[in-house]
Amino acid sequence: MAAPARPRPLPYPRPKEPAAVEPEATASAGTDRRRFLSYLIAAPTLVVAARLGAQAIHPEPAGAAVPSLPEPSDLFDLGDLQNLAASPTSGLISVVVNTDGTASFAMPRAEVGQGITTAIAMLIAEEIDLPLEKVDVTLADARPELVWNQLTGGSNTIRSLYTPVRIAAAGARSRLISTAAKQWKVPPSTLTAKDGVITSKSGKTVTYGAIAAAAAASKSSTVSVNLKPTKDFTVIGKSTNRVDALAAVTGAKVYTMDLVVPNALPTMVCRPPTINGTVKSVANLAAVKAMPGITDVAIVSTGVAVRGNTFGQCIDAVDALVVTWGPGTEDHQSDETVLAELKKAEIPLAVPPLNLLAKSIESEFTFYFRSNSPLETNCAIADVRKDSAEIWSSMKSPVVAQETIAQDLKLPVKAVTCHVMQGGGSFGRHLFFDAAREAAEISQKMGKPVKLMWHRTDDFRHGRTHPMATSRIRVNYSGKNVLTYEQRHTSVSTDFTHGFGEILTEFAAELPLGNLTFAETIFELTQNVPYNFGVTTQLLNEVDLGFHTGSMRNIYSPDVCTATELMVDQLAAAMKVDPYVFRKQFLKDARSKAVLDKAAQVGGWGKTMPAGTAQGIALHNEYKGCSAALVEIDCRPETVNRPIENGVTGPRVTKVVYVVDVGLPINPKGLEAQMLGGIMDGIAQVLTSSLHFKNGIPLEGSWDNYYYTRQWNVPLDVQVVIMPPTTGKPGGAGEFGVASSMAAIACAYARATGTMPTSFPINHNEPLGFTPLPLEPPLPEEPTNGLG
Amino acid sequence: MPTQTFIVNGKKVSVDVEDDVRLLWVLRDLLGIHGPKYGCGLNVCKACTSHLNGAEFNPCSVPVGDIKATDEITTIEGLPATVGKELHPMQEAWLDIDVAQCGYCQPGQIMAAVALVKTVKAEGRSITDDDLDGIRNICRCGTYPRIREAIKAGAANM
Ligand code: FES
Ligand code: FES
Repeated sequence: MAAPARPRPLPYPRPKEPAAVEPEATASAGTDRRRFLSYLIAAPTLVVAARLGAQAIHPEPAGAAVPSLPEPSDLFDLGDLQNLAASPTSGLISVVVNTDGTASFAMPRAEVGQGITTAIAMLIAEEIDLPLEKVDVTLADARPELVWNQLTGGSNTIRSLYTPVRIAAAGARSRLISTAAKQWKVPPSTLTAKDGVITSKSGKTVTYGAIAAAAAASKSSTVSVNLKPTKDFTVIGKSTNRVDALAAVTGAKVYTMDLVVPNALPTMVCRPPTINGTVKSVANLAAVKAMPGITDVAIVSTGVAVRGNTFGQCIDAVDALVVTWGPGTEDHQSDETVLAELKKAEIPLAVPPLNLLAKSIESEFTFYFRSNSPLETNCAIADVRKDSAEIWSSMKSPVVAQETIAQDLKLPVKAVTCHVMQGGGSFGRHLFFDAAREAAEISQKMGKPVKLMWHRTDDFRHGRTHPMATSRIRVNYSGKNVLTYEQRHTSVSTDFTHGFGEILTEFAAELPLGNLTFAETIFELTQNVPYNFGVTTQLLNEVDLGFHTGSMRNIYSPDVCTATELMVDQLAAAMKVDPYVFRKQFLKDARSKAVLDKAAQVGGWGKTMPAGTAQGIALHNEYKGCSAALVEIDCRPETVNRPIENGVTGPRVTKVVYVVDVGLPINPKGLEAQMLGGIMDGIAQVLTSSLHFKNGIPLEGSWDNYYYTRQWNVPLDVQVVIMPPTTGKPGGAGEFGVASSMAAIACAYARATGTMPTSFPINHNEPLGFTPLPLEPPLPEEPTNGLG
Repeated sequence: MPTQTFIVNGKKVSVDVEDDVRLLWVLRDLLGIHGPKYGCGLNVCKACTSHLNGAEFNPCSVPVGDIKATDEITTIEGLPATVGKELHPMQEAWLDIDVAQCGYCQPGQIMAAVALVKTVKAEGRSITDDDLDGIRNICRCGTYPRIREAIKAGAANM
């Protein structure tokens, strides 16, 4: 059903300034000199903690006096909201100095490839003065007292942990030094610490390991610490290889399915032919249970679960089940019907063409469903006993998972332990804990531990998808001025029930936005138009159709930004101004102009290109950062029609220059990696990758159907330029590479072909490039052609 | 139940399991060799890529009964031993260039890269962009540009 349209008065009220929440800072002589409070914790070895949420909310003042009022996200964005939410949860995070000379930290976040374990280890190494390899960052189990502050999302990990982690590490360093000073009976100021060794003026030395136990506190107390001034950083800002790289390249890195939990045998689920279908009856439960290797079969809420000695035998058992299925919830929905519902729900554009001198341009764009499935499919291990449960899975919202699973199992929350495992990618998928919840149900039903894995085909068909959306834009311009910019984004609703929801409920009153839905709030906190386009409004409306949705990397931004930037190119053309020059003229702030200029300069904007090829340039600001992409695309027939077996070729992006300013880069090499990944996503989303919904289920069931970027789509020339520190505060990175690269590719395609694309990916409405795998039995037969 | 015998990473193994179970499950679920990953089970994603008698293959799509007692299977865990070193030059290149993100695809990527370089060398030529375009392995994290760079660097040291 379409939610009623709720246009709001324009322009937005100016956000009220949220109270600063940096309670631990005392005195001050510039940011670098502030003193912070750390907590010495009574323990057998040295443990120093800091309060999570010690990072201040600093709403940036609005830029110059400009015709466009700042939009909400210019001043207060999603990350600020998460930081604000963190402050009252008094959970402490602590750095432990071990007697072997290492420091360890159990990070209340999920590593899914984005490199945060490495970046956090760098922060600790910097402040405590240890070599990076002596810092061990692990993933913390669910800690319910942290409430919403154990959510990994919104590219917010570094923004939220940057200060607290450094406080704890600095506190540990100062305690180690004061302990040595006491033992040697010298003033602490005469000692130096480097690489885990404390040295006195007279040349006496002691290692952190040797003094860790002596430095341990017998009773807890507070210690005030100074943080290193930025100019003294030797680790932060230096390109550093990932701490888990060796494990990754030797096959030793342990993901959920590699963990050995006694008696947790392979388990799979036979799923319905349409989403949310239910089991009416099973004709052959006993016969399937007697199949080779199979130990258990049980009907569960999502289908029929089988457990056996190998996943191969589970696949055979799943396909042997004779199930009568009830209808699903979306059986009458296909791409066309969803699109029609979206069109019905669009909030009308409010500003008519203004006067006789003003002209108006209007465009509408469609963005089809996309799968956020990582390479590792949904999976979890569960061991549910009579009065306790233990779960292992890659979970970005483990606290919500723990509470939900406890409720499902009818156990007290503290009887459920949720271990956060290293994830094989996420892209938004692991904000939810579908596999953990399902594994817990199955384990309880079977009365045995289970190792649950989704089949690839199920992961595309029954897994979560980025919702389909339309974006409609109207601009009014007169001469060389843009007078109004209106954007109406209409989307199948995005499920935000993984924890953002709780944050928003709790802090609704603190928000500068008034009474919006969760999704509208997130939209307002993340979206902005970086240009002076007069009266600017961007509104979201959602249609709740019951699909399994979840935001994909960068939530609304890639689609919204692509629509915006295509409109910018149209405006530039209408005013007969070069797209780069036009952007430069209309951009609001200096940082945006700097990344744009850099991209144009490094990428050689404006060079002559052969017919059928072109450059495109685009911009996106988010996470307190700015990004610009300049790309080249080749749409000539000889490129588009390159033969690739079971794959799509299509136009090839041949070059990308991506410039990013994140305020303060912690690990440039890791940041570059995230941008590379975002660029590959941008290519996929413009050119090749989408789900085709047909009668309640996606047709895609394999990577040869769902066309994510493959090597034959990869540009041969990709350059990521990282701007030197600008704000001195780290912004977000994990999702930041997608939006402007997607937009620049769309703009380049329009310029190369002379036709502006209006639906994405551009090949979505072409005849299907594959034969869909059957819906029943649910799993394709395992091939026998693996010998090449 | 038949006994399956073959050589994995230089060690002879025997395991009791039906002939039609695909080798990936025998390696992962019964022998506890977890380097080869599951990404599709359809011979598409190539996350399980390993070597059979030195040639690239995909154990998710080979029934264990097709494997002979004398067959030598090498997974990522056994790759360094094939050159008698702690790490294969391709792994070294991967580390230098810091290719991995989540890492899930990387054992398969490295095994595919080594096989590709061997093939190309046997043809008496060096790696081209067309060769790299032909690699089918999925990396959903999008590490493709660094993979290309690493293969060229690794090939130089093989
Ligand atoms: S798991 Fe073997 S090719 Fe995908
Ligand atoms: S590194 Fe994550 S899939 Fe390749």
